[in-house]
Amino acid sequence: MTTPLLTVENLRIEAARTGEAVVDDISFDIARGEFLAIVGESGSGKTVAARTVLGLLPPGLRQSGGRIALDGEDLAKLSPRRLRALRGPVVGMVFQEPMVSLNPAISVGAQMAEGLGLHTPLPKKEIKQRCLDMLERVQIRDPARTFDAYPHEFSGGMRQRIMLASVMLLRPKLLIADEPTTALDTLTQREVLDLMVGLATDHGTSVMLITHNLGLVARYTQRAVVMQKGKVVEAGTTEQILTAPREAYTRQLIDALPRRETNMARRPTGEPLMSVRGLKVEFAGRPQFFRQRSGIRAVDGIDLDIDAGETVAVVGGSGSGKTTLGRAMLRLIPSVAGQIRFRGREVPAAADRDFRLSSQLVFQDPYSSLDPRMRVGEIVAEPLRHVADLAPRERIQRVEKMLDEVGLANFAKRWPHELSGGQRQRIAIARAIVRGPLFVVADEPVSALDMTIQAQVLKLLERLQAQYGFACLFISHDLAAVEQVADRVVVMQAGRIVEQGSRDDIFDRPQHDYTKALLAATPLVDFANPRVTHVPA
Amino acid sequence: MKMRANTAIGGLLIGVLFATAATAAFWTPFDPLKVNLRARLQPPSALYWLGTDEFGRDMLSRIMAGAATSVLVSVLTVTFAVMIGAVIGVLTGYLRGWTDRVIMAANDALLAFPGILLALAVMIVTGANKFGIVLALGIAYIPSVVRVVRGTVLSIREKEYIEASRVIGNSELYSMARHVLPNSLAPVAVLATSMFGWVLLAESALSFLGLGVPPPAPTWGNLLAASRPYMESAAWLSIAPGLCIALTLLGINLLGDSLRDRLDPRMVQG
Repeated sequence: MTTPLLTVENLRIEAARTGEAVVDDISFDIARGEFLAIVGESGSGKTVAARTVLGLLPPGLRQSGGRIALDGEDLAKLSPRRLRALRGPVVGMVFQEPMVSLNPAISVGAQMAEGLGLHTPLPKKEIKQRCLDMLERVQIRDPARTFDAYPHEFSGGMRQRIMLASVMLLRPKLLIADEPTTALDTLTQREVLDLMVGLATDHGTSVMLITHNLGLVARYTQRAVVMQKGKVVEAGTTEQILTAPREAYTRQLIDALPRRETNMARRPTGEPLMSVRGLKVEFAGRPQFFRQRSGIRAVDGIDLDIDAGETVAVVGGSGSGKTTLGRAMLRLIPSVAGQIRFRGREVPAAADRDFRLSSQLVFQDPYSSLDPRMRVGEIVAEPLRHVADLAPRERIQRVEKMLDEVGLANFAKRWPHELSGGQRQRIAIARAIVRGPLFVVADEPVSALDMTIQAQVLKLLERLQAQYGFACLFISHDLAAVEQVADRVVVMQAGRIVEQGSRDDIFDRPQHDYTKALLAATPLVDFANPRVTHVPA
Repeated sequence: MKMRANTAIGGLLIGVLFATAATAAFWTPFDPLKVNLRARLQPPSALYWLGTDEFGRDMLSRIMAGAATSVLVSVLTVTFAVMIGAVIGVLTGYLRGWTDRVIMAANDALLAFPGILLALAVMIVTGANKFGIVLALGIAYIPSVVRVVRGTVLSIREKEYIEASRVIGNSELYSMARHVLPNSLAPVAVLATSMFGWVLLAESALSFLGLGVPPPAPTWGNLLAASRPYMESAAWLSIAPGLCIALTLLGINLLGDSLRDRLDPRMVQG
């Protein structure tokens, strides 16, 4: 038996100041050419563990025990110079955030060539040729132009490909991918990961895929390590972990996967609560010297009806205009054409009082949607300012009742920064619901949250909806979540609706090619048949 | 622990300053304006703790009397500049569009003048007195406050909690006052403490040019200015007011930092 490429034994990493363990006695190994998943939620120590392999611990942390052997060499015994020589040719890393992991001031080509120039004695011309070949390999349309372009000219998905290309250029033996596609939409995620797996297979590279998405684990990896609070909970083959988890925590993770539930059949109640006709939104083009560039039509003629109490999901890749549609339907951004009727009355371009007070919005990012200088109680109470004839005492009672309903009773005196992401999102939901709205737009309400928290927040939304009966426009790129909550699904592409229908129709009998592509790209775990679908090169 | 010590030192320095200013209102060791030509340029002694100036006036008394004027002028100027500047900054940053362009054009024009020149122009209109100085220096420092506040507001107004406030149905004015303003004040608190120092120095520059608080009334600025010809022969004349200005700035800065942290709920931990 050959020795594994990477062996981590009893690794312990602690905060230098307090001695508190961040990674506590973990062991795992990766064979040559193997794809290993490290699964865990935020705070589980998975990223820290991966960074230790590169010898790049964040400041304030130190390794206080254990051994890491890479390709037969003990990392602890290496000089900093030798360690630097390992980074790149032996271990490469792709980061989570493509928007900030490329240097905006240096051209793509120069950044790609940097690694080859440092680690190989190749002549400049040869280096450039290799870069161009690699860009072509990651399916970038115009490699020569890309080579001279700057990172800001590319979308997140393209940047992640460039990142991948520059890392794989050095043919590392181990590729560490830290949530490489969390910031990308479903279609792009699929493309980037397929490329990554293809490249790794070509070069015989081992991959350490760090993720919280079990769908990706099922699709791309052979073995998985589940981490929680710095400890390894369970390790085994992907199939065994997904189908026969031994530990309670693993089971909890798997149970948190969104599942389709039969929803209550809702009867159309005659006139829809809200009805949108021919809605168009344009963003002004960039002004040039003498004229303005023609604008971008983000929403291009949308017709949509929403019944009272119904959940309509809007799905589509990034740039499909779904977020813009949500804002425009709340009259938060101006539309250039079209009309919106709410409860049988037309909503003017500057939303009237009645519409404003009966519609609400839940945001994607719970970290920026709460005023950091207000206490939780004040935040939830704020919408009640506009409720007439509400005695201060009643107001306090309503806030307390609402906080209780989102499971955060006695949190009124806390500050937002003291809460976790999931708790903050609960507060944001409480703020949206406290006034009893009829229509709520939820813009990617769970995509910034961990898996188990996602499940809780989705359940909470469903429960509140059943209780208060508001209609919900659920905007998401995550079809798994949509499958769980939606009554109807609307698929958007380039500002238009390409397909709409009941949830079961869309998921079971998609008609449009774009819908089919979206569904195929969604990493769902097929429990009946969880074989690894590991894409060949 | 470290922060507590800073707050304590800052508080002590500023406390002593205010106590001094208050005492000087009804008692000083000597009359700060009384000329005594027989005791000219005396070095510090048991009788004259900080020595005497070229007219034989007691320096300790003059510094004590000057403290009140200097502190009053600085506090009023900073308050004036920050209040007006913050309001203009929030308005222009939040409303954007033409309001923003017109106000910022005027603001940048003012910024282009050296502050002291601007203050001189205003002083000529108002005449040399305490409140003229406050007005003049206040106007000179408003543009930089506007710049800082507007910059912060521009980033704050894109935050989702501002949009949330609009969705709730709050008016623009309410959103501005309740959400934008409090979140834009942290950099201003820092600016205000350093401005306090600039004002103390600018006031002395104006005195030096003959446009400050008119002599013989003492301020730290004009004491420093008057000491210049005697720097080599009677160093105590410049050391004492200089030290006072330096210690005051130190105190204000320490206190300003801890105030900023105290005002930010994210910094107050358990």
